[in-house]
Amino acid sequence: MTPFRTLGALAVAASLSVVAMQAASAQDAPPRQSWSFSGPFGIYDQAQLQRGFKIYKEVCSTCHSIKLLSFRNLADPGGPGFTDAQATSIAAGFQVTDGPNDQGQMFQRPGTLADTFPPPFPNDNAARAALGGKLPPDMSVLAKARSYDWGFPTFIIDAFRMYQEDGPDYIHAILNGYDKAPAGFALPPGGQYNKYFPGGAIGMPKPLSDGQVEYTDGTPTTVDQYGRDVAAFLMWAAEPTLDQRKRIGFQVMIFLIVFAGLLYFTKKKVWHDVAH
Amino acid sequence: MSGHSTYQPQSPFMQWMERRLPIAGLIYSSFIAYPTPRNLNYWWTFGGILTFMLGVQMVTGIVLAMHYTPHVDLAFKSVEGIMRDVNYGWLLRYVHANGAAFFFAAVYIHIARGMYYGSYKEPREVLWILGVILFLLMVATGFMGYVLPWGQMSFWAATVITNLFSAIPGVGSDVVTWLWGGFAVGNPTLNRFYSLHYLLPFVIAGVVVLHIWALHMVGQNNPTGVEVKDEEKDTVAFTPYATVKDGFFLSVFCIVFAWFIFYIPNYLGHSDNYIMANPGQTPTHIVPEWYYLPFYAILRAIPSKLIGVSALAGSILILAFMPWLDTSRVRSANYRPLYRQFLFIFFLSVIGLGYLGSQEPTGGYVIAARILAIYYFAFFFLILPLLGFFEKTKPLPNSISESVLGGAKS
Repeated sequence: MTPFRTLGALAVAASLSVVAMQAASAQDAPPRQSWSFSGPFGIYDQAQLQRGFKIYKEVCSTCHSIKLLSFRNLADPGGPGFTDAQATSIAAGFQVTDGPNDQGQMFQRPGTLADTFPPPFPNDNAARAALGGKLPPDMSVLAKARSYDWGFPTFIIDAFRMYQEDGPDYIHAILNGYDKAPAGFALPPGGQYNKYFPGGAIGMPKPLSDGQVEYTDGTPTTVDQYGRDVAAFLMWAAEPTLDQRKRIGFQVMIFLIVFAGLLYFTKKKVWHDVAH
Repeated sequence: MSGHSTYQPQSPFMQWMERRLPIAGLIYSSFIAYPTPRNLNYWWTFGGILTFMLGVQMVTGIVLAMHYTPHVDLAFKSVEGIMRDVNYGWLLRYVHANGAAFFFAAVYIHIARGMYYGSYKEPREVLWILGVILFLLMVATGFMGYVLPWGQMSFWAATVITNLFSAIPGVGSDVVTWLWGGFAVGNPTLNRFYSLHYLLPFVIAGVVVLHIWALHMVGQNNPTGVEVKDEEKDTVAFTPYATVKDGFFLSVFCIVFAWFIFYIPNYLGHSDNYIMANPGQTPTHIVPEWYYLPFYAILRAIPSKLIGVSALAGSILILAFMPWLDTSRVRSANYRPLYRQFLFIFFLSVIGLGYLGSQEPTGGYVIAARILAIYYFAFFFLILPLLGFFEKTKPLPNSISESVLGGAKS
């Protein structure tokens, strides 16, 4: 039986090493950033979310909708920390479609806290018609809908070090990844070269340049910083309950560890005169 | 436990009740006096953990169902509504989504324990087959649950998996149309999946009752694989001995579970499932949830669709025949040196298949998947039947108590 067994072990080993030799994907890995909301105690940085919101409002929202976000969310705990009055005045700055009214007509009115952010285009086809056939994705859960496959063994290590920030890393990388296409790269018409975009050709023209959005708190106005701020804002938009989740998580962990410890000693006591 | 209850009600009311509905006696004999082998290790705590997980999934699922809308235009939005606007909705959803993964992790450990200690062997064949049925029901329930958030992976997983039925010769495409309730995965499909996803857990609960009933009829296996001979010496009462041990390990299990829920809730999911289902756009790489990956790798390893689908179904159904494929008289792998090694290679090959299932099916991956799939089936069809004839097993202890007290006292 021994040769048979050795053969089995060899077959498993051989098949796994074949796998290990395969090349990784062609897309560049988004460089990992340090985020205030990573790790077991990480929470959002209010000032950063406010800066990110400013970028979304002044730049991204020209093309990208964020349909799941309500104006009231801007004043929610664990968010950018706007006051109710600030959020109300932000809402009032947007025109939302309402109706039909008594005459059966749809009409425009200023937004309220209860409204969601109105999309820049009435529907997907209108967006495509205006943007040369390209449809900008909705940004509500974008930070959770993008990722990067780091492969073995990083994906195992990430479970232990609680790394869940591949989405914001990717968004930051895309904003900083615009470059001249390398020689021999066939860029499709209307496309831009971006080394972090799968396939390399992105439809979106470079949206941000240094100094484009004004900051009032002395934060550097670089694309690198913009990218980080707007990615943090989008992470909050995608996961607005993160602060609460981590706070409760810590309480649950403490409880479970103490409880398991007590049960362990109870078990020892119950079993102490039983050989097993 | 077989035999009648030793429960003696104290209060007049319980005595009155016991003569009419002896439920207290049933609970007493099943969960208090029930004798469990004294040498059970922590691998035996996963039965209790699985029962707990079924409860968790049902409780969170019923509340989630109150806030969910099974409609192609509203499902994705209603799930996001749960995450944003329902009080602690994010907690319910993350517990439920990660709960499915932990339910499967626990069932795989439970099955592996049964394979290692020979728990499928005479007289536990029916108990084992009920377990395989439970696993099949879990696979179906988990798959349909994954479709409900109506993200890209939900939609395309539903498309890929339902299309497997088109491999049935002759009536395949009619069966698929019937499953879909239309000519593509659409609203009728989502509605029936929702209905069945709500129904099947109750079917699982029913089969769990049969599974526990069968267990209490034949008694638990144990690490030596030697049957209980003297209840006095070989066993301890379920309460407090097994309950406190199960309770302790369940809390340890929950610590790992909480790690995922609170710190890396989306780690086990696929980011594409945060993109709403779009029938017009196929994801570059369709992958199922991690707990189906080994079977998915077997499916893709075989070029012929019909044979691939048969192998996929066979890879699970084959488990039901283990009691008869294994010809050895010795149960526990602790006394079967060769079986033990082949079994560890089997576990490794399942993990390897799982990894391959997550990768693009090209070149070396396909070859590796084929080698591992061949080993998977050879383990059941060649190794298990032959080992019984060739293997030289180690001497078994005469009884559980001898194995515990015989050597160094633990």
